[in-house]
Amino acid sequence: MKRNYKKRRSMLYIPGNNPAMIQQGGVYGADSILLDLEDAVALNQKDAARILVRNMVNVIDFYDAEVCVRVNHLSTPFGLADLEAIVPLQPSAIRYPKTESAEEVAELLNIIEKIEDRHGLSHTKMTLHAMIETAMGVQNVFDIASKFDRVDAITIGGQDLTADMNIVYTPDGAGIDFARKRIVMAAKASHIDVIDTVFPDVNDEEGLRRETEYAKKIGFTGKAVINPRQIEIIHDVFTPTEEEIRKAYRIVKEFRANSAAGIGVFAIDGKMIDAPIVTRAEYILRLANVTVG
Amino acid sequence: MKPKIAAQSGTFESSDVIFLIEPLPDNSGRKLEISSTVMQQFGANFNRIVLEMLDQYEMTDIHLIAKDKGALEPTIKARLETAIKRSLDEQEGTLK
Repeated sequence: MKRNYKKRRSMLYIPGNNPAMIQQGGVYGADSILLDLEDAVALNQKDAARILVRNMVNVIDFYDAEVCVRVNHLSTPFGLADLEAIVPLQPSAIRYPKTESAEEVAELLNIIEKIEDRHGLSHTKMTLHAMIETAMGVQNVFDIASKFDRVDAITIGGQDLTADMNIVYTPDGAGIDFARKRIVMAAKASHIDVIDTVFPDVNDEEGLRRETEYAKKIGFTGKAVINPRQIEIIHDVFTPTEEEIRKAYRIVKEFRANSAAGIGVFAIDGKMIDAPIVTRAEYILRLANVTVG
Repeated sequence: MKPKIAAQSGTFESSDVIFLIEPLPDNSGRKLEISSTVMQQFGANFNRIVLEMLDQYEMTDIHLIAKDKGALEPTIKARLETAIKRSLDEQEGTLK
């Protein structure tokens, strides 16, 4: 069973054909940077963006951020060229748009692994983020999330999903609420991260906070960001409270002491502490940048 | 190789560079017009990058105009590679 939880409170989208924004991408403190070759790039600039991202991805210092590249779908004239250019550079992850089935992921991974073989690269370093943006993707999301070790996060693309459903996106998110919860459940069952869609109105900070709090409440582990201004609010919501951090610290510290003494299961304040609770506590400490001394 | 068609890449935005390439008559060599907002500090480096890439692609009979707004080396190389491939009509995975 996968347990690939990472610190991915925020995922900042950066248009792949904008060198200034790519250069500055790391300074805003997002947990994850997404260099976008798909929707943020005009159809007649796909070659330019691909070459630019290829040249920049391993040269620019993005500090501690996870660096992902969103490629175009393989059904477009751009997808294969994107993979040929980006896979040899092994960013942290490839994000694949409009993922609709496990068969599609298998085909994608087959192509990625052939490219890796040609370059003498392992199949284990770079992961895959599957974007769920269609009704069919929502239907098949559990297979997409669970069947492949390399899929270590799934995300929901709210704008494309509403378009696919022929509905209008509303601030209350009513139209995509079922999809959100189904995607979260697939991620939880697969023990991987699940990232909420962007909040499109960069001037509505209250709305952003409200939507982010809702996303956290139903199980999302992070949220996509279209403007660096949104990062602070999203981090504020997803960063654990002081009480949660204190509790997690105590659990991890006592777990280590008990493990050293050969004790696997123990109790704190009368509650049994076992491996899943320790894993959750370690995740909270990672989010809070706290190290147990 | 010489350009088949006129082509351009990049933008006039800060930290970017725009390249325009057009073919010249046979045996014309290279005609370069390079301007940069950081020419005084980084002009020699910019010229070196351009010449090395033109050599790498064996480009001759070419008129190249570059207008730089402080692009980093990977950006300069990306934009010039894009312009050269477009001028050779060899760009892949894009709409023209």
